[in-house]
Amino acid sequence: MISTLIAKYNYWIYITLMMVGMYAMIAKNNLVKKIIGMNVFQTAIILFFVSIGAKQDATIPVLEHSHGPEAHTVRALDYINPLPHVLMLTAIVVAVATLGVALALAVKVFNRYHTLEEDEILTQIREE
Amino acid sequence: MQAPALLVTVPLLGALLISITGRLNRKVCFPLAAVSLGVSLYLSILLLFAVLTEGEVFYKMGGWPPPWGISYHIDHLNALVLVVVSLVSFVNLPATYRYVHRDFADRTGPFYALYVLMVAGLLGIVVTGDAFNLYVLLEIAALTGYALIAMGEAEAPLASLNYVLMGTIGASFYLLGVGYLYIVTGSLNMWDIASLLPNLYQSKAVFAAFAIMMIGIWIKMAFFPLHAWLPRAYVYAPSPVSSLVAPLVTKVMVYVMIRMLLSVFTPDFAFSTLELSRAVVWLAVVAIVGAALLALAQQNLKKMLAYVIVSEVAYMVGGAWLGNRAGLTGSILHISNDALMTLCVFLAAGNIAYKGRGLDFSDLGGLFEKMPFTMAGLLAGALSIIGVPPTCGFFSKWYLISGAIQAGHYGFLVALLFSSLVHTVLFFRVIERCYFEPVGQSHGGHSSGKAMEEAPLSMVIPLLLVAVGLIVLGIYSRELVVNIIQYAVPASMV
Repeated sequence: MISTLIAKYNYWIYITLMMVGMYAMIAKNNLVKKIIGMNVFQTAIILFFVSIGAKQDATIPVLEHSHGPEAHTVRALDYINPLPHVLMLTAIVVAVATLGVALALAVKVFNRYHTLEEDEILTQIREE
Repeated sequence: MQAPALLVTVPLLGALLISITGRLNRKVCFPLAAVSLGVSLYLSILLLFAVLTEGEVFYKMGGWPPPWGISYHIDHLNALVLVVVSLVSFVNLPATYRYVHRDFADRTGPFYALYVLMVAGLLGIVVTGDAFNLYVLLEIAALTGYALIAMGEAEAPLASLNYVLMGTIGASFYLLGVGYLYIVTGSLNMWDIASLLPNLYQSKAVFAAFAIMMIGIWIKMAFFPLHAWLPRAYVYAPSPVSSLVAPLVTKVMVYVMIRMLLSVFTPDFAFSTLELSRAVVWLAVVAIVGAALLALAQQNLKKMLAYVIVSEVAYMVGGAWLGNRAGLTGSILHISNDALMTLCVFLAAGNIAYKGRGLDFSDLGGLFEKMPFTMAGLLAGALSIIGVPPTCGFFSKWYLISGAIQAGHYGFLVALLFSSLVHTVLFFRVIERCYFEPVGQSHGGHSSGKAMEEAPLSMVIPLLLVAVGLIVLGIYSRELVVNIIQYAVPASMV
């Protein structure tokens, strides 16, 4: 039990973070808190991807050059996997764009209802 | 042949060009949008014929061979969906010209830039053969969709914000599933994953990846009970946007689901190894009945149409998960049919809204006298959604029903018949009001007199073309199945 917890701690962290974000999206009443929850949710997945690229005793994926004529053989085991990291560069951009769109929408909502509390907005809609 | 790359690049660059030149001169926005979508339509038809004559088309982005590079892979399934997406978005463009230039006169630049960018995203989702690339394009289509929907009035920004939250959960789940598949296979190319997976079908990680991906896709396609974002977002969106978003987004997500079932995972895995198929079809049964009942409760034309979409989505999910040839054929045929008939009814609703009339049922009285052509279009769309031959809706429903009988799944059969019945009631309630009730005291009080108040020709002609298209598609649906869809369904399925 303990060993599965410790050996796979990166998965536990990402799941916990994801649930924190999801809880905020579902349970919070304030729209900005919901939006930040959404961002935490996306960040959890980014961390998950970054963590799966890691390897023990491996270094960053930049080839070690020698100055002489002798060529180094490349051993994949010595380098961490760069692909998930590169994917996450794109995913970070997507997350930022989503956050931007969501916050812009929150501004539009605020301008109309003069509040960001969801229950107050819903009462206003019902009264209209 | 560079067509697969240009198909996505042309609208992508077109969108950039529109947003730049739109600031200098608003008049160029519409022509630029029309040209870039026209090129996409031309290229997708070209690709369809290439697939029909020469078989599947492979395209390596930048010359990098898969699995290292991103490959575009066009077979019978996505060639058909490509034509549908580019055709619907192209037809919707002139049909909404007047509306956009009246209501968004100062924002035509941003509007057309987002419009074209969204189509680029949707075309990319359909054409790509890379699981991660699909996620990025999914978000391009979704983000532009959020912005377009938020251009509406009243509750639109709030509805759009809800859509952002739900849509992000859906897309993130899909991304998580891709991550799991990457852990077990080390690849992102769909066909490469498919060739590596069979040895791993017993693995729990593969099952988790499959389940998470499916739930993510179901959220994005508004599969009841994950549909909560859809009705409000589509109702409060401005008409030109809802007639773009409503026919395309859900249908493209159904395509993604079928692609995952058939190409990434095999039908063997999805339908036999997992023993989930009956359970999912039962979910679809609940979805069809639930959405039909919710549609009955609505008192607004557009809201009712939104719930009709939710039940149509469940048709396609159920048909695909029946796991036999007839069901899957019906599901794929319904993608193209439903895109066209949803376009038809939403264009009609847009024409009514353009004339300043409300879409509540109480405002619809006497519309047949006022807007005969628009109502003819609405009637054609309604008949097709109900499934009256020779409109196309009948034929896809026919395949779905024969699939249900073949699979012995009578619950799905009953649900299909029940929802046809409910749709009949729904639409004839609308038609009755429009035909028999006197002209209502509708918005603005300009309702007296018997004179025709039809929408402008540029809105009516595309609507009537689509309406005729519904019948033509119905008459030629056998050819469509024999020449295209038959090859889209894997030969192993009977």
